[in-house]
Order: sequence, then C-alpha cells, then structure tokens
Amino acid sequence: MKPAPFSYLRAGSLADIFDKWEAAGADARVLAGGQSLLATLAFRLSTPPALIDVSRVPELTGISADDGRIRVGALTTHAELGAHPLVRQHVPLLAAAVPLIAHPAVRNRGTIGGSLAYADPAAELPACCVALDAVIIAQSATAERRIPAAQFFTGLYATALGEKELIAAIEFPARKAQQRSTILELARRSGDYAMAGVVARAVFKDEAFVDGKLVFFGVGEAPVTADAAMLALTGRPLTDEAIARAEAALDTDLNPEADQHASAEMRRHLSRVLLGRALRRLLRTEEACVA
Amino acid sequence: MSTAVDICLTVNGERVSRRIEARRHLVDFLRLDLGLMGTRAGCEHGMCGACTVRVDGRIARGCLLLAAALDGAEVETIEGVSQSGEMRDLQDAFITRNACQCGYCTPGMLLTAADLLSVNPHPTRAQIREHLAGNYCRCTGYQAIVDAVEATAAGRNAKSEP
Repeated sequence: MKPAPFSYLRAGSLADIFDKWEAAGADARVLAGGQSLLATLAFRLSTPPALIDVSRVPELTGISADDGRIRVGALTTHAELGAHPLVRQHVPLLAAAVPLIAHPAVRNRGTIGGSLAYADPAAELPACCVALDAVIIAQSATAERRIPAAQFFTGLYATALGEKELIAAIEFPARKAQQRSTILELARRSGDYAMAGVVARAVFKDEAFVDGKLVFFGVGEAPVTADAAMLALTGRPLTDEAIARAEAALDTDLNPEADQHASAEMRRHLSRVLLGRALRRLLRTEEACVA
Repeated sequence: MSTAVDICLTVNGERVSRRIEARRHLVDFLRLDLGLMGTRAGCEHGMCGACTVRVDGRIARGCLLLAAALDGAEVETIEGVSQSGEMRDLQDAFITRNACQCGYCTPGMLLTAADLLSVNPHPTRAQIREHLAGNYCRCTGYQAIVDAVEATAAGRNAKSEP
C-alpha cells in the first residue's frame, strides 16, 4: 500500500525543527530513520499532513561519555549503537540487544530515538532503557526535560512526550563492577518482534543477588517490570529453588494479552522459560552473551 | 504546503535529478521514475527484504526510505552491482545451485548475502541464515540459497588462502 499524500520538510538544526513544526502544525510527524513510521504510513494507520525530516540535525547525533554516564544521540542507528566502543565497554547490554533488533538492513537505518518514541511493546530498546535506569532527554522549542525511562512508556505506543516535543538523546549509567545483564527473546522468525522477551540486570554481592531489574517485553502494553519475581530473588544466591520461585512469581507480574502470534498462556509460559534461561545465563559470567 | 520535492542523488554512479512526490518511496522511485526494475516491491512495509538496495554503502529496505529524504545520497541497485561485477561469483553460485527459482527475492538476497560476506568472509550456515532472516523466499528455496552463499565464501577463501 502507498501512504496518503503529505508534505516533506527537512530540518537543518534543532531550532529549525521547531520552527518547521510550528509552521506545519502539531499533527506533523518527525521522521528519523523511518523504519517504523514508513510502515505505519504505508498501512495508513496514520495520515500526517507533513513529515519533518530530522535525520540531518547534528545536535541529535553522536555518542559521548561524561561523569559515569553515556549519552547516545537520538539519531544513533542500531548498527552504530552495537558497534560503538563506548557502548560496548560501558553499556554492553545495548550491544547485546542490537542483533535481536529486526534485520541488518533495518538496523542500518533505524534509530534509538525512533524506537523509543514509537514505543512498540515488543521492541527491545525500550525494555533495555527501563532495565538500565536510562534517562530520556526530551526537547521542545523552549525546554529540555529529563524523563526516567520507567516513567517514559505510558501505554500502548504511548510515551510521556508532549506536543511538539522529541527525543534528543538518551543517557545510560555506565556499568558498575559486579553488575551483569542479559537479554533473551523468542520470535517466530529471527528478527521479528518478540512473542516474549526479557532483559535481566543483576548486581551480585558474595554470590547473592542484591539489586537489579527484570523487564519483560512483548507481554504487555509497554515494558513490564517484574517486581514480584525480583523480590523472590533479592538477597539470596541464585539457586534452582530461587529461580523456580521467581518464575512462579511472574504470574503476579505479567498479564499478557493474546494475539495472532501467541495466546496469553503461551506468553506466560515463554516468559517463565525465558526468565529461567536469563538468570542461569547471569551465573555463567564467561559467556559472551552476559553483558 | 507543496507535496513535491526536488532531489538530486547518485544512482549506480550516475547523477539523477527529479521532482517527486514526498510520499514516493525509493523502490517506486527506482522502478517507476528511473525504470530500474531489478529492485522488487514486495510487502512494502519492511518485512520481506525484496526491495533491499545499498544506500551510502550499506544495505537498506527501499520501501522504508523516502526518495525525498535521499537528496545527496549514493544508491546502488542490483543493476549497478551486476554491471560492476563485484558479486559475479555470488550470482554464478546462485545459478549453479538453483538458488533463484521465481527470482523475485533474488536481488535482495544477493545484496544481503554480499553484505554478510563483506563483514564475515567465513560465515557458518547458521550465520548465513541469521543474516538472511529478513529476506523472504516464497518459493522456500532457502537451502539452495544458503548453499550458494556458503559455496561463494568457500570459493573466495580458497582463492585468497592458497
């Protein structure tokens, strides 16, 4: 299918984006990599009057490290994210997530800002941001806001972004010693959106699981933080018994919906299986998949 | 506001200037405006990979790119890479192994497979399948396609490591 007609405006700077947005009206949409937006336009799920192409705005690019935080520009593509030395060293979970995102041709164009703003419930990066306690830096014509990732995803394809506000960058805390993380998902075809997925981040002290986060994706309207499962693990060594208790606690944490890909019960089952696998991976530090 | 956009870009080494509709995606631009029919329009929402082309040296989905956004870009299609001969061996292997049946997915498969071989000259069959996972072959000739990519890698490695 073809998109409905729209006008196209190319922004050259951050200020230019908001000038053009003001002129085009609040219904105009921001175009970055376009890897989700163009598909939704092709289905005519949305028919914006104008697209504002921000892909050449220098203020939205680049990856830098400052005071224990890694700042990732919104226009960073998935391919750039996975290959960048600062990301690989300080936020290795993101590098581990990249190969799970869509396919190589999509990873070359799709951006982290686009993925978070689109907020697909089955996408990997929103769940990673929540698990890592990232901060979304939102920019409007007049102000910058710092929004914790846990408060950013407000529902199905819904975010805390306001009218004529976009994501400028994402800040991640650099990995601390004793912290391990991993991401796992199950999809019908490698690269498709997951039927269920989990991001597990854990801090261990003397073998005991003392802190961290378990975030599921593809099983709710937004990333789901599994607090009951986390509680079942905290302060204890990661034994088979503790893992079994955490798996059982997921019944409290998750309330997935059925769709054409999987029933609700299948999603619960896959989530339990994934959680067990992820936790056992965290124990095997020598594995490359533990980030 | 006008929905027409003027663009100037390079396609297979040639400079091209056109006025196009803003909603024109790259595949329609290549096929309908430039007459380059090698790039296929399959699902037109990024699932099937039949429209894979190279933009600024990296593979991309032609249906998920607006031509309007590609002002100044360098686009390479199956016509361009066939003419340059850079993946002649891969194309020959596809023919030898009967890896193109109806041929609809073949240009996308070739560009994606060539991308893999450029970054990983010694791929395993699992790695070949993973890299090609975003390209559908509805003849389901995947086995032969993986064979062809594997044979091409073996051939190149035999040449470079005597």
